[in-house]
Amino acid sequence: MLLDDLPVLPVLLPLIAAPICLLFPNNRVPGVFASLVAALSAILSAMLLADVATSGAIQYDLGGWAAPLGIVYRVDLTGALVMTLVATMAALTMPYAIRGIEKDIAPSQTSAFFAMFLICFAGLIGVVATGDAFNVFVFLEISSLSTYTLVAMGAKRDRRALTAAFTYLVLGTIGATFFVIGLGLLYQVTGTLNMLDIHERLVGQDNRVVRAAFAFIFTGLALKLAMFPLHQWLPNAYTFAPSSVTAFLASTATKVAIYAMLRFLFTVFGFQFGFMDVAFGLFLFLGMVGMFVASLIAVFRDDVKTIFAYSSVAQIGYMLLGISFATPEGVGAALVYIVNHAVTKAALFMAIGAVVYSIGSQRMPAFRGLAKRMPVTAGALIVSGLALVGVPMTAGFISKWVLIRAAFEATLPVSSLFLVLFIVSTTLLAVGYVGRLIWEMTLQEPEGQVDVKPVPLVMLVPMLIVTAFTVFLGVQADGLVSLSETAARELLDTGLGTGGAH
Amino acid sequence: MNALLHMVSPEAALVGALITPLIGLVFISLLDRSPDAREASTLATGLITLLFVATVFVAVGEGARPSLTLFEMLPGLSVAFSVEPLGALFGLIASGLWLVNSVYSIGYMRGNKEHAQTRFYMSFAIAITAALGIAYSGNLLTFFLFYETLTISTFPLVTHKRDEKARAGGRVYIGILMGTSIGLLLPAIICTYWLTGTTDFVLGGIIAEHVRPTSAWTAILLCLFAYGTAKAALMPTHPWLPNAMVAPTPVSAFLHAVAVVKAGVFGIMKISLYTFGAETLQGTIASDIILYIAAGSILIASAIAMTQDNLKARLAYSTVSQLSYITLGAMLANRLGIIGGSTQIAAHALGKMTLFMCAGAIYTAAHKSLISEMRGLARVMPYTFIAYIIGACSIIGLPPMAGSWPKFFLMLGSVDRGELILLCVLIISSLMNIVYLLAPAIRGFMDPGPNDQETGIAEAPAFCLVPAWTTAIGTIVLFLLMGDLVRYLEPLVAGL
Repeated sequence: MLLDDLPVLPVLLPLIAAPICLLFPNNRVPGVFASLVAALSAILSAMLLADVATSGAIQYDLGGWAAPLGIVYRVDLTGALVMTLVATMAALTMPYAIRGIEKDIAPSQTSAFFAMFLICFAGLIGVVATGDAFNVFVFLEISSLSTYTLVAMGAKRDRRALTAAFTYLVLGTIGATFFVIGLGLLYQVTGTLNMLDIHERLVGQDNRVVRAAFAFIFTGLALKLAMFPLHQWLPNAYTFAPSSVTAFLASTATKVAIYAMLRFLFTVFGFQFGFMDVAFGLFLFLGMVGMFVASLIAVFRDDVKTIFAYSSVAQIGYMLLGISFATPEGVGAALVYIVNHAVTKAALFMAIGAVVYSIGSQRMPAFRGLAKRMPVTAGALIVSGLALVGVPMTAGFISKWVLIRAAFEATLPVSSLFLVLFIVSTTLLAVGYVGRLIWEMTLQEPEGQVDVKPVPLVMLVPMLIVTAFTVFLGVQADGLVSLSETAARELLDTGLGTGGAH
Repeated sequence: MNALLHMVSPEAALVGALITPLIGLVFISLLDRSPDAREASTLATGLITLLFVATVFVAVGEGARPSLTLFEMLPGLSVAFSVEPLGALFGLIASGLWLVNSVYSIGYMRGNKEHAQTRFYMSFAIAITAALGIAYSGNLLTFFLFYETLTISTFPLVTHKRDEKARAGGRVYIGILMGTSIGLLLPAIICTYWLTGTTDFVLGGIIAEHVRPTSAWTAILLCLFAYGTAKAALMPTHPWLPNAMVAPTPVSAFLHAVAVVKAGVFGIMKISLYTFGAETLQGTIASDIILYIAAGSILIASAIAMTQDNLKARLAYSTVSQLSYITLGAMLANRLGIIGGSTQIAAHALGKMTLFMCAGAIYTAAHKSLISEMRGLARVMPYTFIAYIIGACSIIGLPPMAGSWPKFFLMLGSVDRGELILLCVLIISSLMNIVYLLAPAIRGFMDPGPNDQETGIAEAPAFCLVPAWTTAIGTIVLFLLMGDLVRYLEPLVAGL
């Protein structure tokens, strides 16, 4: 009976738990409570994924009200995959945050922090679970609003967190407004908000309203997912947010926005019309520009969190590149990339957070000689850094490999060989910034005498688990790759009908 | 001896050879505080590794082809090992000379009171694993993985001295090696996989079934591979090698005469035979182009070597020149070319290592690195200089030193292919070798010492001399055993 409610439980649990969290005193209890909730959600999502993988997409009518009246939750393989990813990352970053926020936020905000964290988590899961277009907007805003708060909480350590949060708020709200305007136009045209219904009534229509709706939704989501050059909010938000928040956001928030983009491109629209090619062309072009420019900026930054924030912008370019192929292989590669990059970035930001916790700085000099001061953390940084570059036997290699393989099989406006050389050259830039960090950590002597606070086990264990994941996904990649490809096939089949799932 | 080399199965020996240096690595890092025990563990590791490698070598000679798949990431994409004669030979050279070099390192590092010796030996242990991984790799991906490991593990060795010069050299070193391997080799591997659906090494090549030898793809791929393996120092990717000479001499001796550079030319030879196949190579225009680039490299590098006053820099340019012999052999792609290139891997390793170890011995004993300062020096340290002459004669290609055979094979191979210009190139190069390699020794013996010659310069310590003489004698032994080696490599050219 419980299992019947599986699609909605991972959303409801954290949403109900969040206000309860506020009632706890400001000690470790809210953190432990939030971790338990996240872990439970993760287990439920994994069960949902297993269920969807065997028996196909699950539909759930909220409150028992069927489609035209009520809100419908619909979880297909893509959704279940992203949901499991988000929930797993939450289950790993929440326990990390229990001790990790000690230096990052004011103690009086502890229970509020975890309440916000849970709401953010619930919002992200909600976006993935729902089958209702307006619901996507609601959940996106739930998660965004709580994210602004979480970023602003970093103000204890650096006041610039406030301006970062404010910039994020302004840009995020613009994005949300665009998105909701687009939804309004769609509603005007179709008279429904259920995604599948919208799709059915939309197919073949190509008028000014539909085009405007598409453009608004596209731009709004592109802002949310930090597509270059709409990424301006991201680097500062990631740099000044508490480390555990950065780890969570970097691995989930933009990924969920990409999921929403996939959903609208392929499920809601998902038919050939003029603007679709514009979208794919923009993904291809802006993705490539972003890959190059953001990586280049990362090479010359001195704040390690900023370096990897810019690297995130670049990596989003890779995912958009995969989507721009508009083939099952390409979208599948983007999904593989989403998962692998989420795991890698979480590991990186967790390790950086450990350094901030122990040494108190996130700038390059603090990492000098880290291999001697904090060998375990330095080891995790090296492994996840190599995974980011894409060294064989790590997750990053698999993502780039599938992406390139998809590029060869797709018909593209640019030559595949050129694309391969381009990907490789941006990889060299990644070698530049990761190599610089590794060089500072291993071959430089530590500067001055600093009291190195030992990293607590509750931070160390999640960090090592994610790091182990980056290697595991690089060695045993078959499962994820075939799962993603099936998911992409299914996704494209409901929309463009080119998935060939029949 | 025979029983010793058949004690374990070839597969077990293959695993043992790859794991032993890593186990040694743990011991070396733990024994940071007691240098004697640390050096003992380096030597013990070297001996055990050599035993395993020799077992593999003998087994391969008897026709076994031990192989092992570590894991398969995606279908057709795996980390796997598979040993064939060329790899077994490279593995034997690398691990054998590592042992010799370890003895030499102990003398050199202690004699010069170098810092961070533990890190030095640790990096060496990783480098030898990487070299063996390259030698035994069963597909291009595994080759790439260990190729990069070798670059990264040798970087701390190159920048060992920690000063601005070392850092600048290190930047060029890692910049060129990683830039080319990621920028050219990796795309080449990806394209190969895309064209053929596999990256496995198969004798006779995998390309031919899918692409015509005369097509542009074959030519592009060959160029990508030839320049992607920049460790082969084919001009103009060679500057990393002279820049790497900022490293301590044992590093130059072992890595930049044996492990790293040979990994590059081994890669070119292996890819020529096992990815393209000799017949495909003969059919593509790109092999002619690279053939002449290699010939140009031979002459230009020799010419630059003549202008160098620093002995190590001169040896580095000589290495650039000699490596191109192997590339040349691979691109000739006929029976004698391949045999000549492959035997040159062994012969040059022994000869050049002797020369580097002598240069290091001179530096340790007299603190001199410029040739112009070596006047009369041989009179006080004759044993060092005699070893030097033996090594130099091997590189030049004079009998009874090992280096004479590969040159002979390559000359015959050039004639076979109808490239008489290459024959001239090889002869001119040998003449140039005489001029720049023997000059320091002649100066040392014939010129009178300078008037202000410091007294108290004596023969180099035994730790430096014995290894140098070991490899010097090795060149003579290899001259005598060349017939066996050619028979050993016969499977590579079967059917040509």
